[in-house]
Amino acid sequence: MSGTELRRGDGLRGRGDDVYEALLAAHHGLDDRSSAALNARLILLLANELDDPDRVLAAIELARRAGAVR
Amino acid sequence: MASQEPIRFPYRTPPELSGNAVRRVPVAIVGAGPVGLAAAIDLALHGVPSVVLDDNDTVSTGSRAICWAKRTLEIFDRLGVGDRMVAKGVTWQRGRVFRGEREIYAFDLLPEGGHKMPAFINLQQYYVEEYLVARCADFPELIDLRWRNRVAGVAPHEDGVRLAVETPDGSYGLEADWVVAADGARSALRTMLGLPFAGQDFEERFLIADVRMQAPFPNERLFWFEPTFHPGQSALLHRQPDDVFRIDFQLGPEADPIAERAPDRVIPRVQAVVGPDTPFELEWCSVYAFRCARLERFVHGRVVFAGDSAHVVSPFGARGGNGGIQDVDNLAWKLARVVRSEAPVALVESYEAERGHGADENILNSARTTTFMTPKSAAEMAFRDAVLTLAPDHAFARALVNAGRLSRPCSLATSALQTPDDGTVAGPMAPGLACLDAPLADLAGRPTWLLAELGHDFVLLAFPERGADRPAVPGCRTLAISTEPREGAFHDRDGLAAARYGGAPGVTYLIRPDQHVAARWSGFDPAAVAAALARFGLSARPADRRAA
Repeated sequence: MSGTELRRGDGLRGRGDDVYEALLAAHHGLDDRSSAALNARLILLLANELDDPDRVLAAIELARRAGAVR
Repeated sequence: MASQEPIRFPYRTPPELSGNAVRRVPVAIVGAGPVGLAAAIDLALHGVPSVVLDDNDTVSTGSRAICWAKRTLEIFDRLGVGDRMVAKGVTWQRGRVFRGEREIYAFDLLPEGGHKMPAFINLQQYYVEEYLVARCADFPELIDLRWRNRVAGVAPHEDGVRLAVETPDGSYGLEADWVVAADGARSALRTMLGLPFAGQDFEERFLIADVRMQAPFPNERLFWFEPTFHPGQSALLHRQPDDVFRIDFQLGPEADPIAERAPDRVIPRVQAVVGPDTPFELEWCSVYAFRCARLERFVHGRVVFAGDSAHVVSPFGARGGNGGIQDVDNLAWKLARVVRSEAPVALVESYEAERGHGADENILNSARTTTFMTPKSAAEMAFRDAVLTLAPDHAFARALVNAGRLSRPCSLATSALQTPDDGTVAGPMAPGLACLDAPLADLAGRPTWLLAELGHDFVLLAFPERGADRPAVPGCRTLAISTEPREGAFHDRDGLAAARYGGAPGVTYLIRPDQHVAARWSGFDPAAVAAALARFGLSARPADRRAA
């Protein structure tokens, strides 16, 4: 809804595989509830780290829209 | 279950039923709760008589509003009852939020000095009403308080309203130019006029218990998420006068409201909070579910809704009673000027825009708090818990902990009555904001307060340049503030007025009768002041009146 454009290219500076692996590793051994809790903490930390509420709102919007596409 | 018999006020046969003709009154106020009583006093201070009709003959019983915010206390002070309320109330400014036994967040609502009124007091609504009733008695010519006078019919017409009133001696009709409907959340007037009260219902049930005990809890707002004494829920504790404590327990949506308020259910819950060795007495308890709702319009012809009749919120944030008193603050001077034919009816309509904005803000905040406290899904619960888990170590997460966004004065910046700020004055006091207090001294060195000196007139608040005349414009009283003692000015000994108002030499404010900033300038320009005043549509104005 907001006019903020999110980055579509690589913001992970070529280390995407490392980050992805760490993301999965963080969930190892967790049940669904603990995984959901971890994700919630992570989302809050990342949202704050973006330092730009409009980009956070744009990301929420984009994530929701992406999930609706089949 | 009240342990004290409430005060009863005497019913008297109204003049209409003792042989006199139907009277026409400028203002009839329906409801003698805090909002109705405050409205009568405020109108009286502006010289406008009113008849107050209440279906009962006593103050409210049991546990109603208890937390009165600084801005409300400043309004009560303007009405002449602030000191009495503060003397009786429990003053507090700190809140602590716990998760289990661990404190995760504490806040201070008034970390600076130089304000006459504290951040909050806790005072049972029955005391607030008692003191307001006593204050009404100071205006015997202007306030006609009629107990056991129930409004049974309302018939608005073009330039007034006819009320049908029932009393123990029979029924009578009363003609009023204006009616203030301050008859509470279940407003009979709202029902009689067929007005929808749309909003959001919350399924969660809460037990509210007022208990009398000697206990060492601090004068602070204590809030627990998942307390050890009430697992999986939340709880809130406030100290009130007379060793009475208010404890709110979240019960969940499935709780049985009848069973849960039985003493054999309530007593163990309280005992779990206070420990096995503290004796206590249940003064009152009730099981509640909350609504957030508002009338679409507050002004319906000559009927004006104020307080809970116009808008209701959940209690977390203390925005109900405080919102209602701010309604009165906004409405009374407007209504007074319209009644005295000094302003067009549009001035009363501006009450709707200004306080409708306030109601929306209160509803938004209290609804968000209720959502945070009562997660409805696994996802809502996960985010709530994430916030609580991160809060001890992360300031940003502490800011997300929502155990109540406590009542603050609403800004009127969006209203067309204010003059847009030109950005030339430093400091936070932008047009639309409620004035901040500051200590002052008169020429003899006697201490006073800025808000006390503002009173309830249009005031030109000026920081004149050295050697310059006090600015003056017709229709305004001038309040000059000086950094050193001088004739015709108040002395800002501590420099707090200048600091809070960006009071460089020449800075001039136009202050509304409800002590909100209407306009501000870096210098005094009579034409600019006149233009700012013209937004209010005021015409002939009698000499300034001060409080009785």
